[in-house]
Amino acid sequence: MGKKTPLYDSHLAAGAKIVDFAGWDMPLHYGSQINEHHTVRQGAGIFDVSHMTVVDIEGNETASFLRRLLANNIDRLIPGKALYTCMLNEQGGVIDDLIVYKVSDTAYRLVVNSGTRDKDLAWIKKQAEQTSIQIKERTDVAMLAVQGPKVREKIAAIFSKEHLQKILDLKPFHYTTANDYFIARTGYTGEDGFEMIVPANQAANLWEKLVSSTMSPCGLGARDTLRLEAGLNLYGADMDEKVTPLESNLAWTVALEPKERNFIGRAALEKQIQDGIQYKLIGLVLEDQGVLRNHQRIIVENVGEGEITSGSFSPTLSKGIALARVPAGTGNHCLVEMRGKNIPAAVIKPPFVRQGKKTF
Amino acid sequence: MNNVPKKLFYSRTHEWIRKDQKDQEEIITVGITDHAQCMLGDLVYIELPEIDSSFEDGQECAVVESVKAAADIYCPIPGEIIEINEELLENPQLINQDPYGKGWLFRVRPFDKNFTKLLTADQYSKQVASEAH
Repeated sequence: MGKKTPLYDSHLAAGAKIVDFAGWDMPLHYGSQINEHHTVRQGAGIFDVSHMTVVDIEGNETASFLRRLLANNIDRLIPGKALYTCMLNEQGGVIDDLIVYKVSDTAYRLVVNSGTRDKDLAWIKKQAEQTSIQIKERTDVAMLAVQGPKVREKIAAIFSKEHLQKILDLKPFHYTTANDYFIARTGYTGEDGFEMIVPANQAANLWEKLVSSTMSPCGLGARDTLRLEAGLNLYGADMDEKVTPLESNLAWTVALEPKERNFIGRAALEKQIQDGIQYKLIGLVLEDQGVLRNHQRIIVENVGEGEITSGSFSPTLSKGIALARVPAGTGNHCLVEMRGKNIPAAVIKPPFVRQGKKTF
Repeated sequence: MNNVPKKLFYSRTHEWIRKDQKDQEEIITVGITDHAQCMLGDLVYIELPEIDSSFEDGQECAVVESVKAAADIYCPIPGEIIEINEELLENPQLINQDPYGKGWLFRVRPFDKNFTKLLTADQYSKQVASEAH
């Protein structure tokens, strides 16, 4: 028996197939993960993402601490704004990817992956040892994601007029608060939507209200195919401590300017740039029928070999798609070894789908 | 609990087997069980055997792929493939929707009418229950 989110009973009542995910009993789907996927691309879906770890960091030294801890630069933030970033080790390897929200000059919120919770907290605390910073994991909250083109109209019935206006006015990667709710215009699907961090004891009630406003519950299965179509990396599959953001299609999240900001991993990344980056993370689309799978071997003729890091089936495109790490010199085509045969695939720059439409 | 119709036979590898008559000849129809489709989740791609090809019992003869995983399908009885369910190639989710009906995979002319290696519904149900622990 794993850990249960405050929405566990709601999932059972909705007929969820429950699976273990990083020690949590989470819904994989509520009948059909493909239908749930289409619902998010065309309508509105609701996900329980309460397994994710929310960490509040406070104290006078917080900003200088985060400038050193994170590869992206929190000086890009103002209160109410969020930033996607990696947290690196000294070798430039990715400890985790996360979103950091600025609350004030001395208070920030991090949302990190559940699978990396223990090592993330240990690392953050170790880096903060010589400081007076307070690091507090928020185990008293739940997190819901509402995603899809019809989300904006469907949340209208849930919020007061004043709160609704603040929420609808949010720009991407901004957040606001409404009573006890922390609501950000972020997500992991490639569709418009919001992620809501709410007190654990109010989560089931909010879930009920959102479901009665005809948002369909969606499980982790659809979440994975949605994020893959959107070209969004999954920690542990597409990157980990053995690779840097520069080999993971995440160079855009590394702020090398200003040069004097000495974040952890910086020296290793600079050396990697100087020596030449050997690998890149790209998108693959299978030209024939079939499904791409994690760890399938990639052959790039006259260049070298690579590996699929996340492979699946795209419900939107009805094709096998994948993210793969391949030699930097890879062109527009490669071969994928599938059950002993070499099958041609097209190389694209992710995403595959954004806001319901094919992007390559 | 998943549906395990009493009138069918089963293999340890989660195929169901039905004895049918075609042109006064005894043939068998093969599919995957409700339990198997439920474990795999939404099916998205199917590879079926060629008509007239022959297989030993337990030999791989088809592949079903879901979003989550690929599974080999084994021919449960030695025989020759006489028909495949071409509708599945267009709509693999028929297996999820109706595993014992519209989701059938292929029909076999058996070389051997000895079905004693196959499981009854009760035996298969017990196997599934023991796998769950």
